[in-house]
Amino acid sequence: MNTNASNFVEQVDLAFYVIIGISLILLIGVTAVMIYFVVRYNKKKNPTATQIEGNNKLELIWTIIPTILVLIMFYYGWVGYEPMRNVPDDAIEVKAIGRMWSWTFEYDNGLKSDKLIVPLNKAVKLNLVSMDVNHALYIPAFRIKEDVVPGRNNFMWFEAQKLGSYDIFCAEYCGQRHAYMITKCDVIPVEEYNSWYAEGAQALANPSDDPVEAGYNTIKANGCIACHSTDGTKLVGPSFKGIFGTQRVVVTGDEERTVTVDEAYIINSIKHPNDDVVKDYMKGLMPGYDGQISDEDMDKIVFYIKSLGE
Amino acid sequence: MESEKMATEITPKGYVNFFEESHGLKSWIFTHDHKRIALLYFYGVVGFFLMGVVLGLLMKFEMITPGETIMKPQTYNSLFTLHGVIMVFLFIIPAVPAIFGNFFLPILIGADDVAFPKLNLLSWYLYVIGGIMALSTLILGDGPPDTGWTFYAPYSVKTGTNVIMAVMAAFVLGFSSILTGLNFIVTMHRMRAPGMDWMKMPLFPWALYATSWVQVLATPIIGITLLMVVAERVLGVGFFDPSIGGDPVLYQHLFWIYSHPAVYIMILPAMGLISEMIPVFVKKSIFGYKAIVYSSLAIAFVGYFVWGHHMFTSGMSGQARVVFSILTFLVAIPSGVKVFNWVATMFKGSIDLQTPLLYCMAFIFLFMIGGFTGLVVGALSADVHVHDTYFVVAHFHYVMFGGTGFAFIGALHYWYPKMFGRMYNKKVANIGFGVLFTGFNILYFPMFILGIQGMPRRYYDYLPEYSTWHKVSTMGSWVVAIGLIIIIANLVKAYRKGEPATGNVWGGITLEWETKSPPPLLNFDKPPTVTHGPYDYSILNK
Repeated sequence: MNTNASNFVEQVDLAFYVIIGISLILLIGVTAVMIYFVVRYNKKKNPTATQIEGNNKLELIWTIIPTILVLIMFYYGWVGYEPMRNVPDDAIEVKAIGRMWSWTFEYDNGLKSDKLIVPLNKAVKLNLVSMDVNHALYIPAFRIKEDVVPGRNNFMWFEAQKLGSYDIFCAEYCGQRHAYMITKCDVIPVEEYNSWYAEGAQALANPSDDPVEAGYNTIKANGCIACHSTDGTKLVGPSFKGIFGTQRVVVTGDEERTVTVDEAYIINSIKHPNDDVVKDYMKGLMPGYDGQISDEDMDKIVFYIKSLGE
Repeated sequence: MESEKMATEITPKGYVNFFEESHGLKSWIFTHDHKRIALLYFYGVVGFFLMGVVLGLLMKFEMITPGETIMKPQTYNSLFTLHGVIMVFLFIIPAVPAIFGNFFLPILIGADDVAFPKLNLLSWYLYVIGGIMALSTLILGDGPPDTGWTFYAPYSVKTGTNVIMAVMAAFVLGFSSILTGLNFIVTMHRMRAPGMDWMKMPLFPWALYATSWVQVLATPIIGITLLMVVAERVLGVGFFDPSIGGDPVLYQHLFWIYSHPAVYIMILPAMGLISEMIPVFVKKSIFGYKAIVYSSLAIAFVGYFVWGHHMFTSGMSGQARVVFSILTFLVAIPSGVKVFNWVATMFKGSIDLQTPLLYCMAFIFLFMIGGFTGLVVGALSADVHVHDTYFVVAHFHYVMFGGTGFAFIGALHYWYPKMFGRMYNKKVANIGFGVLFTGFNILYFPMFILGIQGMPRRYYDYLPEYSTWHKVSTMGSWVVAIGLIIIIANLVKAYRKGEPATGNVWGGITLEWETKSPPPLLNFDKPPTVTHGPYDYSILNK
């Protein structure tokens, strides 16, 4: 299992080997002794039991030796863990935003990505932000995990040591599509990373000329498509396809009413999703984006939804 | 000794046992007899257990292939929530204390009932009401809860499903547990037979004594925590949801301050059962009686201070994580002491390998695997990797099902003839055991591998690389089901057609074997006097 994909793998795996190794010896030893006793002292072979009340020396031995063994185990667990909490000063900082049910990674220059792109052999610190409920960012290949808790500034860091594309999972149960809150961490060479970072910055300065593409990029970066499809498939939220300009029945408070899906409705539903929930969909699942998405981006989203037809 | 000889003979004609004492529904649902209350619990607990099993089988079937197999994600999420709620609150917490504790604690200490028989009946009613409340979420409100049995905030505050009813169910069940614990503590302090010093009390009562204190002292915390969730949902009081000023990690602290000690409510009585059974089939004094007593008390005490190990990745301070990790390793030691003492008891015994002893051996083996993997998740760096993965799922199923579950079924085979006055087919019982043990390992061992490979728990769907072990695990669940069917069918058949059991089927020397099978209403024909230690098998040689 040791891939050395991150700087932590070696020490973490060592803790596994030490603990599982000691445990296996004890497990096999105790089980073998137990089976031996049952066979050797079967009532046919040994019709009369020898009464032994106990033995204080033995009690001491099997208290002290396990104590030493578990302290050794603790030590290896701690040694592997300690560096996880000490972030190098020169680490690249990335904001990792979790929401039901997608990830967004925001870089220093404002670049947003639904994949985590990191350079090889550079320390990367992830500042973990949740927009709604608890999540946990888990990269099995790197042996790291930390909860993404709303209202708290949790963090984690790592140094990727091997090029490749690694799974990122949400490990803290977060609702209906928890199992789909997955993405990738792409580890790329430093030069490639630098140019990706610079290109991204440029793209932000000069957004795509194609407004449909720009709109799609915006909803992707903000995690909308985790719950709203663009092809008519019903996910947790209504699909964006073909809704613009139509009449929909929504629940406002406890009352049902019919609204037209227009610009005002879309923008308000993004900012305050629980005001008017489309009938047959669940209230309370979507976080409000008031203050999270700029007016400019709102326009792009509205344009994109319009482009998906009426 | 004379009473012992009497009891080994087939019960005389004209003898009225507690079943025959009175008849009709009323004589059961208004009974104050601890044995009848134990049986009321028995039918309830087994019923809920089977429901939990069916939910588990459905979950495992969904997992046999990636993507949708038989259900949608929302259904799956509700299934694992209800499976957890039922198995934790309705099966494993009450199973051993409420059934075997109620039935045998008074008999083992030579009493005619528990200290507060009416309170005992009330506990059962609370249990039934809590159970019905939990199940009502299936048909009432906006769908069964989908939060996991841990009800983690703020998701449990936000989700639209029927969380309130489920947490109120857990709240009511908590009171049932508290009252049972209180009843047992007083019973042991006040009602031991003449001659039974504390250090002559059998080990199952001792285990219940340690457990009862945990039930009484820890359960109120979960009660208030769950009420806080309700207050937050209904009144919008910001305890846990940061968007209204709360702290999600506070919820986790409060939840685990109860729920970790609750783990010991689940396992300690099971350990007591093992200590009770092994000497009988080894015909030998238990090795290190006092060490086992003190280790039970130590586990119950240190168990209060390790809750933080459920939260190593929650964002708790680094120092707190280190302290909780050390304490977690220390709580493993008394469990280890017990295992060594059980195995040492077999040394130079005269061993009769009957079904209950097979379960004891399986318990020791499976509990060791559960315990050792508990050390893996107690170690900081290893836990960071496998926390919230299938590794943890496998770990606690080895402890809870492999440990408490096997001890429960083993004790059922041990005391069945005493409780129902009939003997089951021993050969079929052994086959059932073999199938269950095999199926158990096929079902849960692959989960360790999945967890180390990084498969998160509570996932409705998974990536293709995890398919193989998920498939193996699902097939194991079918073997477990077959094992359970064999075991239950065998016991049901024995109830109707089994050979009448003698008073002392296994040649035990604790007090339950001095009375008839099934016992009379007041347990003993005349109140017993205790003259020897609970496992002093040297009296057989005299």
